[in-house]
Amino acid sequence: MNRITATFDRVRREGRAALMPFITMGYPDLESALDLVPALVEGGADLIELGIPFSDPLADGATIQATSQQALDNGMTLALCLEQVAALRARGVEVPLILMGYYNPILQMGGAKFAEEAARAGADGVIVPDLPPEEADELRTALHAHGLALIFLLAPTSDDERVRLVAEQATGFIYLVSLTGVTGARDQLPPDLADFVARVRCATDLPLAVGFGISRPEQAAMVAQMADGVIVGSALLRTIGDADDPIAAARAFVRQLCEAVGTPSHS
Amino acid sequence: MSSLPQGPRFGPYGGAYIPETLVPAVRELEAAYNDAQADPTFQEEFHTLLRTYAGRPTPLTPARRLSEALGGAKIYLKREDLAHTGAHKINNALGQALLAKRMGKTRIVAETGAGQHGVATATVCALLGLECVVYMGAVDIERQKLNVFRMKLLGAEVRSVDAGSRTLKDAINEAIRDWVTNVRTTHYLLGSALGPHPYPRIVRDFQRVIGDEAREQILAAEGRLPDMLIACVGGGSNAIGLFYPFIEEESVRMVGVEAGGEGIESGKHAARFADPKMGRVGVLHGTQTYVLQDPNGQIALTHSISAGLDYAAVGPEHAWLRETGRAEYTYATDDEALDALQRLSALEGIIPALESAHAVAEAIKRAPTMRPDQIMIVNVSGRGDKDMHTVAAALGVDV
Repeated sequence: MNRITATFDRVRREGRAALMPFITMGYPDLESALDLVPALVEGGADLIELGIPFSDPLADGATIQATSQQALDNGMTLALCLEQVAALRARGVEVPLILMGYYNPILQMGGAKFAEEAARAGADGVIVPDLPPEEADELRTALHAHGLALIFLLAPTSDDERVRLVAEQATGFIYLVSLTGVTGARDQLPPDLADFVARVRCATDLPLAVGFGISRPEQAAMVAQMADGVIVGSALLRTIGDADDPIAAARAFVRQLCEAVGTPSHS
Repeated sequence: MSSLPQGPRFGPYGGAYIPETLVPAVRELEAAYNDAQADPTFQEEFHTLLRTYAGRPTPLTPARRLSEALGGAKIYLKREDLAHTGAHKINNALGQALLAKRMGKTRIVAETGAGQHGVATATVCALLGLECVVYMGAVDIERQKLNVFRMKLLGAEVRSVDAGSRTLKDAINEAIRDWVTNVRTTHYLLGSALGPHPYPRIVRDFQRVIGDEAREQILAAEGRLPDMLIACVGGGSNAIGLFYPFIEEESVRMVGVEAGGEGIESGKHAARFADPKMGRVGVLHGTQTYVLQDPNGQIALTHSISAGLDYAAVGPEHAWLRETGRAEYTYATDDEALDALQRLSALEGIIPALESAHAVAEAIKRAPTMRPDQIMIVNVSGRGDKDMHTVAAALGVDV
């Protein structure tokens, strides 16, 4: 949790927004994350979201559905995701690593065991898209006991009462879903995005990161003007999937995004 | 009935495990539903349509020749196959579509497995002038071609789902994705007693008309309550509809029948309660219940000869009824269902849906162990016309 807060503080002091790319662990190959994550850091990523694949990702669009299925076909499991997080830390990756996965695999491992092992592996936070605050008491308690953040989402449909509820319970940062819909690259940002971000901003000092639908550097640049963090997933995965050299392609795409959000490259 | 669960959970089961985008929508639905339940005008409109449009009450038919052939309990059949569109699904579809109109929604999305819920939804949308999109797995589209054609005639758009196992589970994923995207104008007309709160409660309440009628009818015919109720359980809406009005009558045994597919050992089935290895408490499609899954929590692929029972999770209230011992659950295999379908057809002149044939199969097993003065009600949740191609193929007949 401290690593997340420290990163957003530093980025804020530098007068820019944080870039948070998302990849599906186990895609395109079972161990791809071990090389992709360092490449994303070289490209300038400030935090990285690591998707735990699930067979029925109902909040995801076609791209992440396909990468998740591929990852499962490759043999990816939650336990293996945690092993790879530990391996990444052993290889010197220092950026905050945030696990994103649906609730059932976590429930089957057991919330307490998951929290313990995620902390031991070196993860900093967890996002569970099908676990709203009302259902999250048990997992939140377990994660907080191990110093991990449980990051909640807010959507354009969230009214002011829910914004207040999530603001009270959130740790780390708040994930703002830019649009009413599923993940996936879109041609245009929703017109009411700035109003939505401003509405949440009134309720909390926590960092606000915006995701869903952001696919191009110029869109990332626009979001960077209004929020503390910019999340790009499907567009990055498509770049990875289309490339002959996925590692180089991922690094180059993230570097482009970083330049757009005003991030100096770390390499 | 005030002691029965009314909140988001049935014991530890149920809840609302949904993306934040949908939380306001299910809240709105819950408020609208509570309001409608308390509004005599809404209730009057619903029950009038059940009577004048859906053809209710459906009969309770004594199965004289089947009872005689089995030589045990006196069997009655609750004839949901005679409801408009050929299954109990119309009850819930009418109720929810009225609710959608009340909420000002102009567009309906639904999932369908066997196609019965899709047809019922397309039907009520035609009746009430609502736009209708039905998601259906590509495998199910193939095995239920007739229902696809019916839905199109009724003005619905049928969207084929090619993801995952290309059956009901994947159709629900896609319907939820559509709902997330169009939530401001769209109501998700969920077809079984599943999904996030308040759906399991809403669907149960709209289906309880089955049990309310059966209770009245058996009292009129026999002057007493039945000894046993039997219904098939996919998500479990026809079963909960029959069971619910009898829950507090402890003398009435309630038996739910899951799809045993090719047998539990084969792994090719949809029997969530019968397989302790794959059937464990988990979360799927917004609800916590028994779910067929692998050791890592990935949802298992299911199999049943009946598309309507071919689903990895069971309604949360059934999980609770089982845990409390109030209802018992068993399964029938594909072969047993096929056999039951043929016997009911030949002995009573009633061709049940393959789903309902699972309940008939259990009646065939149980009735001979009971006394002739004992009464059993079997829910014939739908009619079998839609299954004729599947049945013919399974019997090796070219039609």
